[in-house]
Amino acid sequence: MTVGEAIVVTSGKGGVGKTTTSANVGTALALLGKKVCMVDTDIGLRNLDVVMGLENRIIYDLVDVAEGNCRLAQALIKDKRFDHLYLLPAAQTRDKDAVSPEKLKEMVDELKRDFDYVIIDCPAGIEQGFRNAVAGADQAIVVTTPENSAVRDADRIIGLLEKSDLRQPKLVINRIRPHMVKSGNMLDIDEICSILSIDLLGIVPDDENIIKGANSGEPTVMNPDTPASIAYRNIARRILGDTVPLMVLEDKPGLFKKIRKWFGLGK
Amino acid sequence: MSAVKDLVTIKGVKDGLIFILDEHCDYEDLIRELEYKLENSHQRLLSGAEIKVHIRTSNRIMSDKDKERICGIIGRSGNLIVASIDNEPVRKRKSGLKVHTGVVRSGQILEHDGDMMLLGDLNPGGIIRTSGSLFVMGALRGMAHAGKDGDTMAVIAASYMRPTQLRIADVVSRPPDEWDISDAQMEFAYLVDGVMKIDRISQFCHVRPDLFSS
Ligand SMILES: Nc1ncnc2c1ncn2[C@@H]1O[C@H](COP(=O)(O)OP(=O)(O)OP(=O)(O)O)[C@@H](O)[C@H]1O
Ligand SMILES: [Mg+2]
Repeated sequence: MTVGEAIVVTSGKGGVGKTTTSANVGTALALLGKKVCMVDTDIGLRNLDVVMGLENRIIYDLVDVAEGNCRLAQALIKDKRFDHLYLLPAAQTRDKDAVSPEKLKEMVDELKRDFDYVIIDCPAGIEQGFRNAVAGADQAIVVTTPENSAVRDADRIIGLLEKSDLRQPKLVINRIRPHMVKSGNMLDIDEICSILSIDLLGIVPDDENIIKGANSGEPTVMNPDTPASIAYRNIARRILGDTVPLMVLEDKPGLFKKIRKWFGLGK
Repeated sequence: MSAVKDLVTIKGVKDGLIFILDEHCDYEDLIRELEYKLENSHQRLLSGAEIKVHIRTSNRIMSDKDKERICGIIGRSGNLIVASIDNEPVRKRKSGLKVHTGVVRSGQILEHDGDMMLLGDLNPGGIIRTSGSLFVMGALRGMAHAGKDGDTMAVIAASYMRPTQLRIADVVSRPPDEWDISDAQMEFAYLVDGVMKIDRISQFCHVRPDLFSS
């Protein structure tokens, strides 16, 4: 029996797109026929259920599982739009310390037996919530935006991931605005990659469809041809190990080289 | 005591004590006064927590034995630790270069007693402190402090010099207002009369000819 792979989506800085990335990458993998379970570890500030449009179906949550109020399978919400997409929601009324890293690892290990991919949405920060989220993960995706403060926090997180067993995190640069990069008003992709010195998994443009999708509970990737949708589908394919060239947000030949270093997340 | 100038002057500084030893008098007179001062007039120093001692001997020519004897006398008191002797600081430096590989990232601190070579980058928000010199075979974008115990001869070199801040001994400097940095060249920072300067690495042999000669 093969076990699945758990991927934590993290960033350090808040609001850079962890939940957006979790929802869209999870959905894209499901669209590609994989069995996917998304886990929201942002206890107290859960969002993933809202972005996925599944909020009204929550009965039990992750803390209920941890405290033994229900079985893991009872807390999973099936997304009816897909054959194999599930969500384990966070509790909204508790704190991050309501579960321990050990408990979370147990749950993730259990999920890995039934799913190809377990996508873990991590809260902002470097405290207990972060330690919980990374506890069961095999791989990490670090999300940043092209801003100094976000890159700085991403760097801090990468340092912490390297200290735990998540040695080779992959980078997603979110909310790129091509015209700002071109005019030199935004950190350039090469520069971010050179500071963080980890492999680039993908870049996602700033796209208002993301916000529309989040409000309607329909992740952007379900829409076939918005810029962010294509970006997230590409990321999902790279996770499966395909070599997909970087989106042409602007013609920068140097980028293609970088993406070729990407060999897929394990497996 | 006589009215002659003290051969041994003891001053308190932030991180301990400075012993200023007269550079011209007879060595045995110096030893005698040092022992006297430690045993008598400064008893109150000798109890309590560890105190770092920096010894200044200016230009007195001393053998290693002479220096050891002074350190021995100071060390006898138990709580005084000799942290530095400014007499020939260059040759006093710890031998051996520590090589560290990997990226020093935001929030990480690397410390080393002696010289260090980093095969990797020092990122913004990361810190390296060495008592000797620091050589970064990558991009220096964070905070580097060489000569952290006061060695003003220490240098900081980097393949790509874009620091948030550099410190050598107790001199703090930050770009870009204070010095020119070029793009394609490996550079190093050093102190001249307490002011930090940056130069191309090819100038190293002129600026610090003795730093690594034995
Ligand atoms: N590529 C994008 N284009 C436009 N808007 C985006 C993009 N990515 C994220 N956003 C918006 O930015 C906001 C924050 O995104 P998200 O909730 O995914 O961040 P987060 O990192 O999970 O935040 P938190 O740290 O609070 O958990 C949301 O309103 C989202 O719709
Ligand atoms: Mg979130």
